[in-house]
Amino acid sequence: MTGNELIWRIAGGSGDGIDSTSQNFTKALMRAGLHVFTHRHYPSRIRGGHTYVEVRAREEPVQSRGDGYNFLLSLGDSFARNPQDDAYYGTEEVKPLTENLDDLNEGGIIVYDSGLLDEEDLPEDFDERAEANDWHVYPLDLRSIAKEHGREVMRNTAGVGATAALLGIDLRYFKELMAESMPEDVYETNVDVLEDAHERVAEMDHDHDVSVPTGDHETEQVLLSASNAIAYGALDEGCRFIAGYPMTPWTEVFTLMSQHLPEFGGVAEQVEDEIAAASLALGASHAGVKAMSGSSGGGFALMSEPLGLAEITETPVVLVEAARAGPSTGMPTKPEQGDLEHVLYTSQGDSNRVVFAPGNVAEAYEQTRKAFELAYGYHIPAIVMYDQKLSGELRNVDADFFDREPNPDPGATLTEDELSEAAHHASGKFQRYQHDTPAGASPRSIPGQRGGRFLASGNEHTPEGHISEDPGNRVAQMNRRMEKLDSIEQELAESASHQSHHGDEDATYGIMTFGSQQGTVEEAVDQLRADGHDVKSLGVSDLMPLATEEIEAFLESVDECLVVEMNASAQFKGLVQRELGRFGPTMSSLLKYNGNPFEPAEIVEGFEATINGTEFERSTARFQPAAGD
Amino acid sequence: MSAFNAIDTDREVEQDEFTPEIEPQATWCPGCGDFGVLKALKGAATELGLDPEEILLVTGIGCSGKLSSYFESYGFHSIHGRSLPVARAAKLANPELTVLAAGGDGDGYGIGGNHFMHTARENHDMTYIVFNNEIFGLTKGQTSPTSPKGHKSKTQPQGSAKDPLRPLSMSLSAGASYVARTAAVNPNQAKEILVEAIQHDGFSHVDFLTQCPTWNKDAKQYVPYIDIQQNDEYDFDVTERREAAEAMYETESALWEGKVLTGRYYQEDGRRTYHEEKMQQDSMPESPIAGQYFDDNHEWKRSYDLLDAHR
Repeated sequence: MTGNELIWRIAGGSGDGIDSTSQNFTKALMRAGLHVFTHRHYPSRIRGGHTYVEVRAREEPVQSRGDGYNFLLSLGDSFARNPQDDAYYGTEEVKPLTENLDDLNEGGIIVYDSGLLDEEDLPEDFDERAEANDWHVYPLDLRSIAKEHGREVMRNTAGVGATAALLGIDLRYFKELMAESMPEDVYETNVDVLEDAHERVAEMDHDHDVSVPTGDHETEQVLLSASNAIAYGALDEGCRFIAGYPMTPWTEVFTLMSQHLPEFGGVAEQVEDEIAAASLALGASHAGVKAMSGSSGGGFALMSEPLGLAEITETPVVLVEAARAGPSTGMPTKPEQGDLEHVLYTSQGDSNRVVFAPGNVAEAYEQTRKAFELAYGYHIPAIVMYDQKLSGELRNVDADFFDREPNPDPGATLTEDELSEAAHHASGKFQRYQHDTPAGASPRSIPGQRGGRFLASGNEHTPEGHISEDPGNRVAQMNRRMEKLDSIEQELAESASHQSHHGDEDATYGIMTFGSQQGTVEEAVDQLRADGHDVKSLGVSDLMPLATEEIEAFLESVDECLVVEMNASAQFKGLVQRELGRFGPTMSSLLKYNGNPFEPAEIVEGFEATINGTEFERSTARFQPAAGD
Repeated sequence: MSAFNAIDTDREVEQDEFTPEIEPQATWCPGCGDFGVLKALKGAATELGLDPEEILLVTGIGCSGKLSSYFESYGFHSIHGRSLPVARAAKLANPELTVLAAGGDGDGYGIGGNHFMHTARENHDMTYIVFNNEIFGLTKGQTSPTSPKGHKSKTQPQGSAKDPLRPLSMSLSAGASYVARTAAVNPNQAKEILVEAIQHDGFSHVDFLTQCPTWNKDAKQYVPYIDIQQNDEYDFDVTERREAAEAMYETESALWEGKVLTGRYYQEDGRRTYHEEKMQQDSMPESPIAGQYFDDNHEWKRSYDLLDAHR
């Protein structure tokens, strides 16, 4: 690992500034010319509990966390101390150090705060383990350095100074970032802390092999997560209304939109519950505004009925489902893909919606834009599904990628002039829901328009919107609504694919996944190919309509395929089998539902189990052989 | 030129315009109080000179939900209990629309009770008509949130053990800025109250007593009724919250004893409506958002302008 990549882990308590420190560290490495990727692990608590962020950096693009890591900065104790009386809870303060040791690679570096931990606080076997693993340990009194120049909370800055000294990173990147975000006096104090820590560590004896690779970006880079990308995609599609209710991890998109919508000339509403949130999005959309809502597991469950209302009234809307481990409250801050079937089928009646599961930051932006385009073009709800794995991953993207034209087109909507020419019922009502329209969507009018009045109804209805149980009308309306998915499938097939293909096209073996696990699967494919395996992967984003042609071609081209997904019942594999009606004997499953996203090594082992029939020995995931094996 | 030319027209509007030329056959029973709401609403809209196409009427589910089928305007027949969130967002999307919402007592005070409280609290500039027949009609006569204690039905064979909900008091506590009760059997008062409610700047709630001759036979036709503004016994100031609260309490209790009190209970003027509040704090544009999509000169900001934070 030396020389070609750095995986730096900063660990402490929630509330210790781990997120912001790691974000600045990542940006500094990006500005230094490297490709970067972060993996965030955090508990469901406001303060306290063990948290860490891993930053992976190298010269080539990074799409996944690695296996283990090679630099630990252990700080923080806010979770270990009762703020009222400075009392410490048992041995909690040592956990940012001890709980991270299992994943630290051989030859790795440890920096811990000796102002917090005395040598006798360390576990008994610490020295032994350090020696056996060739870890290089640098105790440093970070809080004293911080207090000497400023305040104790600046110990994170001291930790970054120490890191820079050990890895040979130019301090100017950190200074620039601090100058951009801090008032002058705070900036100056932090620079003193940074430089002092740097100096003290630079004077120590170094005998480690970990270093920072060098790189150079040809174009300007920006650092952002899939949550940013979803919000930006929505804004660029002219979305000017959001309604929501806080729930982890959906809150990220909701927060971003709420911050930006007022300056974009829109409205954000935090409301009483998720039933209301989705209903508000429908109301805004019905009145002519491009609108969205969203939630996570339980909150999305409350949106089931408005989602069905959007389907039958053909009210365009985009919903985000930020999945987390279920059932029920499950594990709020942990990613899982167990909501797939929920998102595809929830609400009564035949499901009639678009569902995308982007696999990375760029896809999250593109597919959110496409979700709006299809929702408003076809008058159908579109759902973007992601999870905390993607929301916790900051990645660098070309800034130019976002240099796009906005799309304020309200889709299949008539102007008053067009309405005056349009078909009307003898009552004077506009025929909003005509039986036969070429692309599936019958163009709509907007309340307030002259000549456009109609009734939108959650009951089955006639072309002008009146409630009707006439069998002929029912079949005509159902068919037209359901046929939209055929048109959309065709449109998706004719435009740039949302699916991600990786590896050699002619490979004998395949690995398939959907949504957020794509990057990790591609990392595993790289490792397997480096070891001489003949393997490729397919990351699927289009779940409804399902990318059946691409999936079928992929499965036909391989002898065996491992399907990787984060749930216990192999929902994605089941979907593929049901839609394609075959490939049971081709597909084995690797399932993980312990709350942590896949690591590449698990997929490598799962692949070996698939093709060699070897035992899958890890307890973190479950291997299910293909039918007949 | 506006994209929405039905709004604020000067033309004379005839009451007939609110009746669909080919009227769907009403599913309401003969003698149903719901006809009274429809008639009062048509009268009020005509008196106010509203154009059918500047009105969005959002209804819930139940007999009351059919109002949007028999009243000619833009309509949205939504789902049970959810008319208010749909309606209030439409108002935010285009504050120039006249937005009305309607549903029954089960719809508004039961399944949609949470939305009722929060919509009232936010003081959206819209009118909410609740058809209160003290029963679930469309599902054939089950006990509703406003059914009197002891009311027997197939789902409450021993009689309801619950005190009925106090809709006027709840509305006042939640934050409605106009609260009235009228009855289908009192068409003149009903029309006048609807006119006031629609004119009111803020959230106006009209609890509309609508007799159900089919499923609530043992209940009354809401006659005789007393208009509290016309009766010397009930002298109170509708702009005084405490006095209003007392009058509401008495009115709700009296109904359970078979005494029908109606009229205006509370009116708070000068309070900013929700969209005015949002505009005041710069979290909503001054001109309707819905208009942006039809305005060729609108300048569309893009996310590229936000990238500095990510460099």
